[in-house]
Amino acid sequence: MTVYVIRRLLGILPVLILVALGSFLLVHLVPGDPAMVMLGNDATPQQIQALKTQMGLDRSLPEQFALWGRQVLRGNLGESFFLGRPVTQSLMERLPATLQLALLSLVFSLLIGIPAGILAAVRQNTKWDQLIMITAMGGISIPSFWLGLFLILVFSVQLGWLPSGGYAPLWDDFWGGLRILVLPSISLGFMQAALIARMTRSSMLEVLRQDYVRTAKAKGLDWWRVTLRHALKNAMIPVITTIGTAFGVLLGGAVIVEIVFTYPGLGRLVVLAVQRRDYPLVQGALLLASVIYVLVNLAVDLLYGVFDPRIKYE
Amino acid sequence: MGRGAKALGCEFLRRLWRNRLAVSGFGLLAVVLAAALLADVLSPHDPLTMIVKERMLAPSAQHLMGTDNFGRDIFSRVLHGARLSLGVGSGVMLSTVGVGVLFGLLSGYSPRLDGPIMRVMDAMMAFPAILFGIAIMAVLGPKTFNVVIALSVVYAPRTVRIVRASVLAIRQLDYIEAVRAQAAGHLRIMFRHILPNCLSPLVVQATFNFAYAVLAEASLSFVGAGAPPPTPSWGNILSEGRIYMQTASWITIFPGLAIAITVLGLNLAGDGLRDVLDPRMKT
Repeated sequence: MTVYVIRRLLGILPVLILVALGSFLLVHLVPGDPAMVMLGNDATPQQIQALKTQMGLDRSLPEQFALWGRQVLRGNLGESFFLGRPVTQSLMERLPATLQLALLSLVFSLLIGIPAGILAAVRQNTKWDQLIMITAMGGISIPSFWLGLFLILVFSVQLGWLPSGGYAPLWDDFWGGLRILVLPSISLGFMQAALIARMTRSSMLEVLRQDYVRTAKAKGLDWWRVTLRHALKNAMIPVITTIGTAFGVLLGGAVIVEIVFTYPGLGRLVVLAVQRRDYPLVQGALLLASVIYVLVNLAVDLLYGVFDPRIKYE
Repeated sequence: MGRGAKALGCEFLRRLWRNRLAVSGFGLLAVVLAAALLADVLSPHDPLTMIVKERMLAPSAQHLMGTDNFGRDIFSRVLHGARLSLGVGSGVMLSTVGVGVLFGLLSGYSPRLDGPIMRVMDAMMAFPAILFGIAIMAVLGPKTFNVVIALSVVYAPRTVRIVRASVLAIRQLDYIEAVRAQAAGHLRIMFRHILPNCLSPLVVQATFNFAYAVLAEASLSFVGAGAPPPTPSWGNILSEGRIYMQTASWITIFPGLAIAITVLGLNLAGDGLRDVLDPRMKT
């Protein structure tokens, strides 16, 4: 198990370096002189040269990357063109909101998706199975922003049950914050719930066909023990491995859902930054989100090692 | 060889026709494709013309899906939006297949290249898809072609992985050893002997890439990072209709339905293709 952990930790280092390189190069793909892009068309040649020297833009690309990398490791992601403040500060203010949304969406998708998938598998080819699979097929086809708009129309505007926007950190006001997050989490998590239901069903069917499950049934064990004790744990292994990927999808999808619900997370900040061509902010947000995704996947990989005994004894 | 391939092709089409998922999926896609191709003929109005006195009209015989806040016919805009979505989707599908085949073959066939290629793919997959797409669009600028580039970069890595996995499995087989023993060159082995056996999972993945691209293009357009207005896109029609949800919900209902139907068709087709092409089903 220790070897497994060390191997996984070493494995993410090249990925993190490449992620940083990708984020760095992205801004350098902008057509034209980066200093001129930052200062605008009215900038004088002296101002452009001064900014280039200050930011190291007159150095070679590897030198610039090394300089930028050192700053990033110190937590400095540069300064936002339009906000006029450090990018790190702007991102850290918004990050908790986006993380809460992504995490709650993940919880929703697991709470709905896994039981639905299990039910569809144990009731294969019945009306339950067909209903769940048709709903899941619909779920993976409906855009999250469209679902969000309809949830707002029904539950906020017409019924008045839930708010259509706002924000309250869960640690300040748990129930208030949760009420605000219900509709955005459902919009964002519904598609993942559908994917998880499909994967759980497929995985459960595979496991329920195994000889050891047939043996357990032949021994006279009741349905609950066979399904939940013997089959479920093994069926969950492929599902767990996709939790990391699901989180990444939710982190990216949160960008869109935050616009629908005017939720003050990273998403709205990034969209505004794109409209204003605020490249340091876009770059910083992309790097931050990617690093979080890599670390979450690492945590899931290590958790996978706990669930699958074959990994422990590798 | 020719007759064998023809027989295999006929067998494939027969199995596909018998698969309900595939037939439903391709049926829906045929409707959307027809709408896109015949948009100019089927559109009763110009999708860009604004008629102020016909603002926010509910669906009627004259305007099947109503009009928007600028008096533009939603039905015509949805039809033309289909062109953009299918155009972007097919562009992304083709380029991800091309990149997937090239790098997947290289990675699966050459142990020396496998490590570096896979690390780059892992890094690309570490960027959350929509955020990555938005960032690339911020850099490249708002043009439809740039949407295709951005989404191709986002979705290529998973295709590379799929092809690589197939190549790794096929590379070990005896007939590849036999071909190598006949002193066949590497390129010949990769493209003539390995690639044809990778087509099944590639075709399935290509269909799903098309679906992801349609959804992603709509998402990018919704947040203003996609094709620029006034080009009608399902995402930007939805975005413009957002503030009128209470008074004119038709502006958001119809483009949303169009996205859902198209993506549903692609997902059904992908599932059907997977059922037909999965070797386990054939035995």
